[in-house]
Amino acid sequence: MAALEQLLRLVLSEAFLFYVFSGLAVASALGVVLQSNPVHSAFSLIVTFCSLSAIYGLLGAPFIAVLQIIVYAGAIMVLFLFVLMLLNVKREAPRAGRALAAAALLLGLLFAVQVGTTLSGPGLTPAAGYDASTQAFARQLFSPRFVYVFEATSILILAALVGAVVVAKKEP
Amino acid sequence: MTPALQEFLLILLKVVIITQLLLGLFSFMTLAERRLLAFMQFRLGPNRTGPFGILQPIADGIKLFFKEELMPASASAWAFFAAPIVAVTAAFMAIATVPYGPPFRIPGTSISVTPQIADLDVGLLFIFAITSLGVYSVVLAGWSANSKFSLLGGLRSSAQMFSYELSLGMSFVGVIMLAGSFRISDIVASQAGWFWNWNISPSKQLLAGVVYFISAAAEVNRTPFDLPEGETELVAGYHTEYSSMKFALMQMAEYINMITVAVLTTNLFLGGWNPGLPFLPVGGLWGLGYFAAKTFFVLFVFIWMRGTLPRFRYDQLMNFGWKVLIPLAALNVLGTATLVAVFKW
Amino acid sequence: MTIPLEHALLLSTALFAIGVVGVFLRRNVITVFMCIELMLNAVNLAFVGFSRATGNLDGQILVFFVMTVAAAEAAVGLAIVIALRRQKDTLDLDAFSSLRW
Repeated sequence: MAALEQLLRLVLSEAFLFYVFSGLAVASALGVVLQSNPVHSAFSLIVTFCSLSAIYGLLGAPFIAVLQIIVYAGAIMVLFLFVLMLLNVKREAPRAGRALAAAALLLGLLFAVQVGTTLSGPGLTPAAGYDASTQAFARQLFSPRFVYVFEATSILILAALVGAVVVAKKEP
Repeated sequence: MTPALQEFLLILLKVVIITQLLLGLFSFMTLAERRLLAFMQFRLGPNRTGPFGILQPIADGIKLFFKEELMPASASAWAFFAAPIVAVTAAFMAIATVPYGPPFRIPGTSISVTPQIADLDVGLLFIFAITSLGVYSVVLAGWSANSKFSLLGGLRSSAQMFSYELSLGMSFVGVIMLAGSFRISDIVASQAGWFWNWNISPSKQLLAGVVYFISAAAEVNRTPFDLPEGETELVAGYHTEYSSMKFALMQMAEYINMITVAVLTTNLFLGGWNPGLPFLPVGGLWGLGYFAAKTFFVLFVFIWMRGTLPRFRYDQLMNFGWKVLIPLAALNVLGTATLVAVFKW
Repeated sequence: MTIPLEHALLLSTALFAIGVVGVFLRRNVITVFMCIELMLNAVNLAFVGFSRATGNLDGQILVFFVMTVAAAEAAVGLAIVIALRRQKDTLDLDAFSSLRW
């Protein structure tokens, strides 16, 4: 019984779930880049977004986690899939092997640099529990610091809406 | 047994019980729909298998189980398999976070049980997020079968679903503003007392309730918005190529979505487990009873709509969603925000 | 056990690096777009990680704005992709080279 509880505590702990979801995120991100059919890449990206949303929840940002699903996985990717299916995009020819090797080298280099700099400096300790509820979020968002940016983004969205309709319209 | 382990086992038990109850309700719904539609059309419906046709869903299940599983040769196998899985997963995830009644004590013990699997702080937003993920099952199903009917049906249906998602989300906002919280249990608690405290009354959120009900009916592809699956249109729309268990799973997902909508309507607009009259007994199993009665009424209204209304044409449907429901929902948000901020409604 | 901040940042870097490689490697415009979205998400993760480390909500608010801007950008970008496809009937990046010297 005690062993069962230990096992449950491990499997349901923050760190274990974080590693599971980050493994899933990296695997599906690689799927986005390495798959030749763009529709398959799109579905891999959806899996990435969902695992990132779980990670945001684990990092203590519930509002952002739900927003990630609503905005990215639920709206932007639907838009991508619609465009892919309406334009009937076929799988693309793969690049030469040399390009692939160079790309992998670049990836490894970037990653190694970051690993080195992150692990060599002093660690950042997480602050004591802070209030990350939606109410606190809203209080910050509508405070004089961010409220003008918020109103500006609404104008930005309007501009993007009008722009998208104008650019994609078929000339009669 | 430590308290932590006890809590975990309780949650596991709740999951099992609620899932089985939902599956039972789903099979009962299929029978109820056929019989009620039949009565509305002046005929009898299935009444041969068992008394009142009670065993009909079991017979249907056995039939579907033994049907041959077909897949078009040029279909994309993984997407063909994934579509029903995504549909059912999204449907059950959404319904896992709604409360079904007030906390009650198991008679004879001191364990207090809340009939809700997970009471999230952002509960309503989470449900909105998961229903927006349900669109992918339609997209996957339509695209994977590699047939013209399926693709067109899939695109049409997913366009319909995310068009009505906007007014659905905005109708939530009014309710959230009045209750001051995203938690569904808080929203139900704010509707305690007399029945004019319920969110459907004109002094609260009548417009939001109507907009929500219509948008949700469009979201779950119910008549009069069932163009994607009407048998006279595009064969059977996005599930043309599905047979046997996969088809059963997609039907199950659709009915579970409908049950989710009914449960949410009850919780958000009809007062949840509050009886409208304060002199009636409250709490515990009485609350479950009131909740069940209201939910069954909403489900009956869904079946009633199906038996009465003709279906929308696609352009009428998109027109209605974008040009009527979204402005109405936005107007509701504006009005409620003004009332709450200025008049402390 | 809580998640150490460094691990969240490492995940963010890994995703960003994969996104960068994807932008260089892929020929289809829409796939390049998806890799850009991946990079934006990696940055979002870094913001959320730092927000948790400093106990300040500013990181999460910035994530909110990044998501909004990404949505607007995706809409306009895909509209441009549709217009491009109408012009040249292909989505291969190498075909749109008229501005190259």
